[in-house]
Amino acid sequence: MSDFKRIIAKRKRQDFVFNIVGIVCTLVGIATLGALLGDLLMDGLTRLNWTFLTSFPSRFAERAGILSSWVGTLLIMLVTAFAAVPLGVGAGIYLEEYARKNWLTNLIEINIANLAGVPSIIYGLMALGLLVYQFKLGQSVLTGGLTLAFLILPIVIVATREALRTIPQGIREAAYALGSTKWQVVRHHLLPYSLGGTMTGIIIALSRAIGETAPLITIGALTFIAFLPPLPLKTQPPFLSLEWLWSPFSVLPIQMFNWVSRPDQNFVVNAAGAGLVLIVVTLLLNAIAILIRYRVRKRIKW
Amino acid sequence: MTLPPSVTPAAKIAMDEIPVLQHPVAAAADLGMGTPSARTPSSTKRLSHVKERFIEALLFLAAFSSVAITVGIVGTLLYESSSFFTHVSLKEFLTGTLWTPLFASPRFGILPLVTGTLITTAVALAVALPIGTVVAIYLSEFAPSYVREIIKPALELLSAVPTVVYGYFALQFMSPLLQKVLPGLPTFNMLSAGVVMGIMIIPYVSSLSEDAMRAVPMSLREGAYAMGANRIITALKVVYPAALSGIVASYILAISRAIGETMIVAIAAGMQPNLTLDPREPAATITAFIVQVSLGDLPHGSIGYQSIFAAGVTLFIMTLIFNILGYILRKRFREVY
Repeated sequence: MSDFKRIIAKRKRQDFVFNIVGIVCTLVGIATLGALLGDLLMDGLTRLNWTFLTSFPSRFAERAGILSSWVGTLLIMLVTAFAAVPLGVGAGIYLEEYARKNWLTNLIEINIANLAGVPSIIYGLMALGLLVYQFKLGQSVLTGGLTLAFLILPIVIVATREALRTIPQGIREAAYALGSTKWQVVRHHLLPYSLGGTMTGIIIALSRAIGETAPLITIGALTFIAFLPPLPLKTQPPFLSLEWLWSPFSVLPIQMFNWVSRPDQNFVVNAAGAGLVLIVVTLLLNAIAILIRYRVRKRIKW
Repeated sequence: MTLPPSVTPAAKIAMDEIPVLQHPVAAAADLGMGTPSARTPSSTKRLSHVKERFIEALLFLAAFSSVAITVGIVGTLLYESSSFFTHVSLKEFLTGTLWTPLFASPRFGILPLVTGTLITTAVALAVALPIGTVVAIYLSEFAPSYVREIIKPALELLSAVPTVVYGYFALQFMSPLLQKVLPGLPTFNMLSAGVVMGIMIIPYVSSLSEDAMRAVPMSLREGAYAMGANRIITALKVVYPAALSGIVASYILAISRAIGETMIVAIAAGMQPNLTLDPREPAATITAFIVQVSLGDLPHGSIGYQSIFAAGVTLFIMTLIFNILGYILRKRFREVY
């Protein structure tokens, strides 16, 4: 009988020990996140002020700022969203609702799964060879935005499909029974009901694109940009101008990379400041995405 | 129209559409097809049929664009590196031990870059696989559900942090930290880059492995408990083997991420090609080399320009092998349950 008790005590101890190990391992990740934020805050917070946000890069660390790079990031994201959202959502709808089971659909599915695993720098090489030199788009905002759009396309497609898949079949059947065509079902029912999931995916994808550095360096994005792209609004008709698409650019992560690799400690402080802005934007986007996901999950009960 | 509260939103909208469907004229107007008076019911039907086919074709093109991107990637890599391989023999490329494409007398042996890539990847995996697996087991088998609900998204933030920020962290935080433990460690080294990279890919391992383990049917666990097993024995001897293909798929995803990771190694591991197996030394990876060349201003078509595509092909093939392996395993894992 005492043997029995001893074995039970031993097994309980094993469970307890693993519980501790599990918590410690989990904390390693969380602690790193904390250390990273703390490190950036300690180094960069002093540098973060209005002048830093509204100055161009400079040879002098104290005068250098991130104006051209955050404007560049904003414009690149605009192009990326405009290209990736329609393509990704459209592809997701096609694969989930329209596609028949055949070799072509299979090919597209395998292809998307594979694209999601291609390293981002390979997209940069593709953009360099194809967009910059073959299509002669140059090292412009347009090229950068399209490169990142290609990169996040698989994420948007997968998110759209998963959101569509959660809608019960009965909803589609009810709409068909009332005489809707396929597109009416998609347009009036599936798209609105899957909006939460799709939006979450799009925001996560964009937050990933904001931090991407390697593909943009590869296409030869300049690191010293002391001017802003032309304004999209004009005083004369037609009032809108797309000239900015052809402008050279810098983005926040490239500016940070440029500063971090310099030996001068003052520039490293600038890098921390840029990194702080970058990480706050990324975490904010992720928080919004998590919030949307949480609310959608809570609200919808089929 | 008053509806019982139990009617689903879809049915509600569908009911709102009934009058539209009863009047073809109004239906035509609803579809936005010009003046309703000119339309007969049959032409409305034909037009809407055309519209349906047109939309389907558009959506197909969107889906097919992903294939076009792949063709673009493979085509560009092959096209640009084919001219590289007319200058450099495949034998020199694969067996040479010096990589100095920008020197006056260039040498093109990819081995130093490959070892750099493999060593940083190995360090990253040594961190990510054990920690990620333990976290997955903990979250799936031990943690109460409210802990899991908080910890899982928090850990996933680790993979949301921009990699350039991790590079900064590796150089400014991890390197000095490791220098205290290992005196004589240079500022730029593969070890700190690899460790930080490993922490970055923990969520890839933990999230996917946890999903795989949670997909294991409860009856298997109950069987083990009935035989007198405790939680940890059940997790290691029953759940882990049952979810193995999903777990291995997550490991493979982590490997492919680590091989393709660029900014951390470019910032923190140094950019000097160095044929060594010692993670404490600085070395360039394939990706770091591509970044280094892109920072300069190489003329289009020069051998230096072509060399980054040759390096890119090598990287692409390495990750492709792992991606295909992972894809096959994921397929199998889905079929089991």
